[in-house]
Amino acid sequence: MKTFGGPALILDRSDINTDEIIPAKYLTENSKEALKPYILEDLKLGSFDPKGEKLKNSRAIVTRANFGCGSSREHAVWVLEVNDINMVIAESFARIFRQNMFNCGMLALELPAQDIDTIINLGNDVEITVDTEQAKITATGDKAATFSFALNPFDRELILAGGWLEYADKKY
Amino acid sequence: MGKTIAQKIFKDHLRDTPSSDNVVLDLDVVMCHEITTPIAINDLVARGLDRVFDPVKIKAVIDHVTPSKDSKTATQAKILRDWAGRHKIKDFFDVGDNGVCHALFPEKGFIRPGYTVIMGDSHTCTHGAFGAFAAGVGTTDLEVGILKGVCSFRMPETLKITITGILPAGVYAKDVILYIIKQLTVNGATDKVMEFVGPLVAAMSMESRMTLCNMAIEAGGTCGICYPDRVTAEYLWPFIQHDYDSIDAAVVDFSKWHSDPDATYADEITIDVSNLAPQVTFGFKPDQVKDVMEMEGSPIDQIYMGSCTNGRIEDIREAARILKGKRIADTVRGILSPATPKIYSQAMDEGLIKIFMDAGFCVTNPTCGACLGMSTGVLAEGEVCASTTNRNFNGRMGKGGMVHLMSPLTAAAAAVAGYITDPRKYI
Ligand code: SF4
Repeated sequence: MKTFGGPALILDRSDINTDEIIPAKYLTENSKEALKPYILEDLKLGSFDPKGEKLKNSRAIVTRANFGCGSSREHAVWVLEVNDINMVIAESFARIFRQNMFNCGMLALELPAQDIDTIINLGNDVEITVDTEQAKITATGDKAATFSFALNPFDRELILAGGWLEYADKKY
Repeated sequence: MGKTIAQKIFKDHLRDTPSSDNVVLDLDVVMCHEITTPIAINDLVARGLDRVFDPVKIKAVIDHVTPSKDSKTATQAKILRDWAGRHKIKDFFDVGDNGVCHALFPEKGFIRPGYTVIMGDSHTCTHGAFGAFAAGVGTTDLEVGILKGVCSFRMPETLKITITGILPAGVYAKDVILYIIKQLTVNGATDKVMEFVGPLVAAMSMESRMTLCNMAIEAGGTCGICYPDRVTAEYLWPFIQHDYDSIDAAVVDFSKWHSDPDATYADEITIDVSNLAPQVTFGFKPDQVKDVMEMEGSPIDQIYMGSCTNGRIEDIREAARILKGKRIADTVRGILSPATPKIYSQAMDEGLIKIFMDAGFCVTNPTCGACLGMSTGVLAEGEVCASTTNRNFNGRMGKGGMVHLMSPLTAAAAAVAGYITDPRKYI
């Protein structure tokens, strides 16, 4: 199983699409590792700097609604993975992106809008810890806040197996 | 209790129920293209799992960048080509025979009512036009599909969209779906099947139904779906004539893939198109849509006609109605990319290609090309494109470029005027 949590990158906007996460022009790469420098390159969000230290040190993303909408490209998940970001917490996800996360043994967790507000209001430096057994997230910034999340049994099995291919190869 | 068409298809293909919310389905068709499949192939090879569950049910095409434009895209094409060769995938389409996947595969008769279809491409929802459950997936789902012929889904809910009224002159399926996305917003149909029903859908050609279903994903939908009927049976007849005694018999059989009258829906909406104006997007999200009159005069640099949304013969015919005998404005570049070789050749036979060329258009080979900003018409920083494609995300057709989505007719009008304008003036 992958490890989850760490310093969070707050992306305070809805509808961040896969072209923003990894532009199509990098889809000609045939390895996940090669995608690494291009993470969030085309993201339109205030003064966000895709080359900044903040992103480099982040191990989780906290964001708003409909994260990962657009293309089916799993590159959008891999580019997070190769940058050591194994989890995204959002109000909601686009279906394919969410499935791709769990298919790679990564966590895509949904929290209600007010919980996302709470995390964002914890300040600039938020640390996320996750307990997948208890289904609890703790976000620590200026203060600490704990939230429970729902993880369906199948998604949990995908995380434990390390992904859908590992799961399916054994079972089908 | 009655079932929706999606529930019927799920029941018919159920392999496993790993949790109360999730199902694993057997797949009828797994489609592959050279952008998302090579990584899947490389990964399967690295794991010692270089096998395919059924070479007949796998279809593959090189379409996104073709002929290859550089060493990297040539390598992607080669990985797919070599793989198709070693696994004896008969339905593999390369330079000369290739075209945009979601136009090519239906044209070959690969999609049938009641099928389950996946592809590593979000616009796989297009194939729901045939009454199939067709969903875009990522590379891992694609790998498992290739290897095991199965895919997992959450039990989908269905959003029923009844479309009524008669389309005014100059208004098309593209305008209808843009208007629907505007109503639903970009995530209004997330995790839902969008069932398109009603008199207008029944009267639509397969081409128009494909345009409708193609953009389901832009509202977040898992799949668009239309009931298979006589129009479907007539389109598929060359491929199914040995399976049925008559078209009538096929129509009767297809009706088993209609939702029951007492099926339950997550939501139902009705759209009346009687007064619909041509629609155009204005921002970087496909739900940012306005009537064309509100966009009158917006400057453009390039017109792009093609893609899995609107690169079909019907689209080329409509645009040619405006372009016939005219020249496009000196200030714009026009690019036509017929979606498949068959469409291209038919457009030639009908004299349409000449109309486009005489008007000043560049006609490319069938490819996705500029639709995703990879070749044949990438925009420069600050340039604006009037496009018949399906996505207007920031950077979609080139970094710093802007895309206005519209119907082929509206794009043709923009080409002639040199700016966005109401196409109804020209018809
Ligand atoms: S034409 Fe555009 S949207 Fe359609 S499959 Fe190709 S790249 Fe995707």
